Parts: sequence; C-alpha cells; structure tokens
Amino acid sequence: MISLQGVRKVFPGSNQPAVGDLSLEIPTGEIVTLIGPSGCGKSTTLRMINRLIEPTSGSITIDGLDVTTRPAHELRLGIGYVIQQVGLFPHRTIAQNIATVPALLGWERARIAARVEALFELVGLDHDLADRYPAELSGGQQQRAGVARALAADPPVLLMDEPFGAVDPIVRARLQDELLSLQRELRKTIVFVTHDIDEAIRLGDRMAILNVGGVLEQYGPPSAVLADPANAFVTSFLGGERGLKRLSLVPVSAARLDPGPTLGPDSTVEDARATMAARGLDWVAIVADGRLQGWIDEADLAQQTRLGDAAIRPFALKLRPTDSLREALDTLVSSPTHIAPVVDEDDTYLGILDVTSIGEGLDQRAPR
Amino acid sequence: MTTPIAQLDSGPLIRWSWITDHGDLILSNLVQHLVLTFVTVAIGFVLSMLLAVVALRFRFTFAPINAVTGIMYAVPSIALFVLLTPLTGLTTLTAEIALISYTLQILTRSIVAGIDGVPPAVRESATGMGYTDRQRLWHVELPLALPVILSGVRIATVTTVGLLPVAGLLGSDQGGLGELIFDGLTRFFNTPLLVGAVLVVAVAVACDLLLVGVQQVLTPWARRRGTSA
Repeated sequence: MISLQGVRKVFPGSNQPAVGDLSLEIPTGEIVTLIGPSGCGKSTTLRMINRLIEPTSGSITIDGLDVTTRPAHELRLGIGYVIQQVGLFPHRTIAQNIATVPALLGWERARIAARVEALFELVGLDHDLADRYPAELSGGQQQRAGVARALAADPPVLLMDEPFGAVDPIVRARLQDELLSLQRELRKTIVFVTHDIDEAIRLGDRMAILNVGGVLEQYGPPSAVLADPANAFVTSFLGGERGLKRLSLVPVSAARLDPGPTLGPDSTVEDARATMAARGLDWVAIVADGRLQGWIDEADLAQQTRLGDAAIRPFALKLRPTDSLREALDTLVSSPTHIAPVVDEDDTYLGILDVTSIGEGLDQRAPR
Repeated sequence: MTTPIAQLDSGPLIRWSWITDHGDLILSNLVQHLVLTFVTVAIGFVLSMLLAVVALRFRFTFAPINAVTGIMYAVPSIALFVLLTPLTGLTTLTAEIALISYTLQILTRSIVAGIDGVPPAVRESATGMGYTDRQRLWHVELPLALPVILSGVRIATVTTVGLLPVAGLLGSDQGGLGELIFDGLTRFFNTPLLVGAVLVVAVAVACDLLLVGVQQVLTPWARRRGTSA
C-alpha cells in the first residue's frame, strides 16, 4: 500500500501550494487513476512518490516504509516509471533499454537476457525489434518498450504519467486493454495520471479527482463516483452521459437475466403455441443440452409435430456475460425486438437480456 | 614565374632531390606535428571536461568559464607565445600551453551544448529509473552528447593542426611541420616551405576525415533513424 499523509508541496517562488495537504491510500495490487484539470498537481503528486519532487511537508510511505529512509536512486530502482514521452535512451537498442534496471541492479548477463526475452513476450513486442534503436519504432511500439522497461526488475509499484497521452485513439485503446490484461496477471500497485476521464474510468479500480492546488474532491471506485458525485465540481468534471459511463463499467453478468421462452427440440408445436400465448410473443428460443440453437417464428410452425424439424433461425445478435452493459444497450437498441440472448463462449444459454434488466443491473451495482 | 613564393627563390618551384634527401627530417616533423596535435587536443579535452562538469553542475560558473576561455581564444597566438616565453622559456611547454588554451573554448562549449541537448524526457526517465547523477552523466548524457562533442573535437583538432606551425617561431624543434615552413621562409627556399604547407593541409583534412569516421562508429544510433514510422 502506498500512503500519502498530509502531503503538501509549495514550489520555490510560488505562494500557492501545487499540492495542499493531500492524504490518499493506494491499496496494493490496484490501479488508482489521478485525474483533474491542469494545475491540479496530479503529476506533482506522482513524482513525489518516487522523489523526483520532494514534498514540502507530510509523509509518503510504501508498505509502511517512509520513502525518505533510503537514498532516492535506490528507492527508484524498486519503482517502475513510465512517462508520456517514453524517454527511451536513443543510443541504446530496445533490448538494452529494457535491460536498464536489471543492469543497474547488477544481474548476471544470462538472467538479464532471459528476462528481456520474457518481457518482449509479456508486452507484445516483436522480437525482431530487439536490436533496433528507439527512433526506428512507432509511437505504440515505443510505449510498449517503455512499459517493458519499467517492469524489467519486477517492481511492486508502477508510476505512469499520462503514458498513452501521445498515441492515437485506436492505439491508445489497445494499450489500455493490454495494460488491464497485464494487470490481471501481475497485480501491481499502479498510480496512473491522466487527463482523459474515460481512461480514468476504464483503467482505475479507484479514481482520485483532484482540483486546482491539489485538493482531493472525491476518491473511490469509478462506478461509485459516477453514481454519486460528491459535488458540483466532480459532476461537471465527469461530463455528460454519466449513465452510459456507468453502464460501461458493469458486465452483462451483473444484470438479472430473464430465462426467456425456451423449449427443447423435442417439444411439440402445441407446446410452442402455448408458450408464445402465455408470454404474448410470436417466437420461442430452442435450447438443446443447455446450448442455444436459435429461434422459431410463429409463422414457421407448420404441420410438424416436433420443433426440431421446423426451420430454426439463428439469433443475429448474441451477448457475452463479459460484455459491458453499455455494449449490451447498444446491441439491444439495434435489435428489432430490443432483446438479445446471452451465451457463454461455448454457446451455453444463460438467458435473455432486455432494456429493463439493464437499468436494474445498474441499481444492483451502485453505490459500491 | 609570377607567384610570390617564386619571387623569393630563383630556383625551380620544387626541388624533388631535396625531398628525397630529407625524407627523415620530413617524417620526423610530420610525426611531431601529429603527436603535438594529439597531446594538445587530449589535454585540452580533459581540462574542458572538468570545466564543463563544473559549468553544468554550478550553472552560474558557465558565464565566467566561457568568458575566460573566450579571452584565451581571442589573444593572438604569437602574442601569447611571447608573453609565455619569460615564464616557461623556449620550450615545448610554452607551445603546449598556448595551443591547449585555444582548444578550451571550443571543447568546453561543445560539451556543455551537447549535454544540454539531451532531451529532458530521457534525463527524467534515467533519473526516475534509479540512475545516480554520475551514472546518468556517463551512461546517458555523455553518449548522447557525443555527436556534438565530437564536432567540437574536430574543430579543435583542425585548429590545432593549423596553429601548430606558429609554435615553430619559438625556435627549434616544436613547430612540427612549421619547422619546414620557417626553414623555407628564412632561407628563401621554396621546397621545404611548400612541403610543409601541403602536409599541414593534408594532415588537417586527414584528421577531420578520421574524426568523422570515429563519429560514425561511436554513434550508430544517430544514423539509423525513422526507418519505420
């Protein structure tokens, strides 16, 4: 856990504090995003954790140990650091760049080589790039190399200062996905500075919203902040479509699914007519051995006695339990019936989602 | 014969026999020229490195260091030789002090400019990853400053090669190829004068090309840029 206690920073020649009396607990293994308008001291706060900036007063501890008890350069060897401009060393190859901290720590050659190899794999960098120089890489590749370099000696803490701010939106989205999947594996304690509210919501287990002068306006999980903004500043900072932003955080699996009008392939046409009549629908879903086969339209119920012999149509739209409710809503709006079946990866039928259950899914989750 | 040189010497422009007869003398003057140039630039570089480190660490010292080395650079060489002679005599030391003092301005400024040119993000990430100031200087800043520093070394070297003959004025055996030039001038004898002058130019060009080569070898990263976008 990283703990900031009454941290204050006043830069020389300024009478306004850049950060004023900030207290924040960053739990181990979580991503905490720091966000706020320019001048809110989010970068200053980040840089005080690895002592690139020394606080005027207050204390910062990592796992109970005050950061000032060790020489700054030793402290930093144990903290990964990624910045927006990446800052790869132009005179060193990508492999040499990634090996920086292990080399500073005096690891053996073979161990460094093996670690560098593993990191290329981990961050999804092509091995062919190992002997290239940074200037020969694209922005996205450079940023991956920057993350690999920060992770090289497997530090428990990672500080990231707008790391994806300089890449285009498509690459940024991919890098965000990759960071989240890395994090599921690595469980680092990550402090992530951003000015992009969607990024803060998407990546953060918690988000800290800072106001000018380093004033902490609200701190909590993005879903809770979105559901219940602490004040007008937070509300305006979160921007429009707060409901949709909340939906993007909740998976379909959190919503209550309707079992739906389902029958097996061996049911009769009479069973189908009865089910449709009971629900006031003109269709039924066919499920065999727990797997979704498709649906049958009332008009297709001819003289067959067994449903399995009728024309079963596939569902055009299907949802996965891991999809966000925001994606689900988008699907439902596009669907002519405004419902969609939810299935697992192996087509195991889980139920039917409709617009009403999306709203209920939100109510169940918030406030956390 | 209308060239000024020819007016001093009634004989032919070049006496090839003199060159073949004095091969040892020419060679020893050439070697001395190279050695003195190397010693001058090497000592000048070490001193400039110290001055640059001081100037970078304590910024307020940069202006005075620059001013003093600038004045040294501005003093005419012959005047400096004359001023130093009472102190150090007609020795190689006198020549060296004068020559080295000329390199300081160029080298100090190029080292400081080279290190100042290191991108702030590179410096920040180096510090952020746990480099000490000294490690950062030797492993990050100096290598990155190398192209600028080496272009300073090229200027200093070529300047020294060209200036060294003036040291020949101080008397015997410290002017390198300048010995040949002054020998020719004092004796109204074209051949050594021309041999000396041509070799000085050749040495200057050769040193410059050599240093360009060194620069290419030491900074492979500076050439391979932007081959993938």
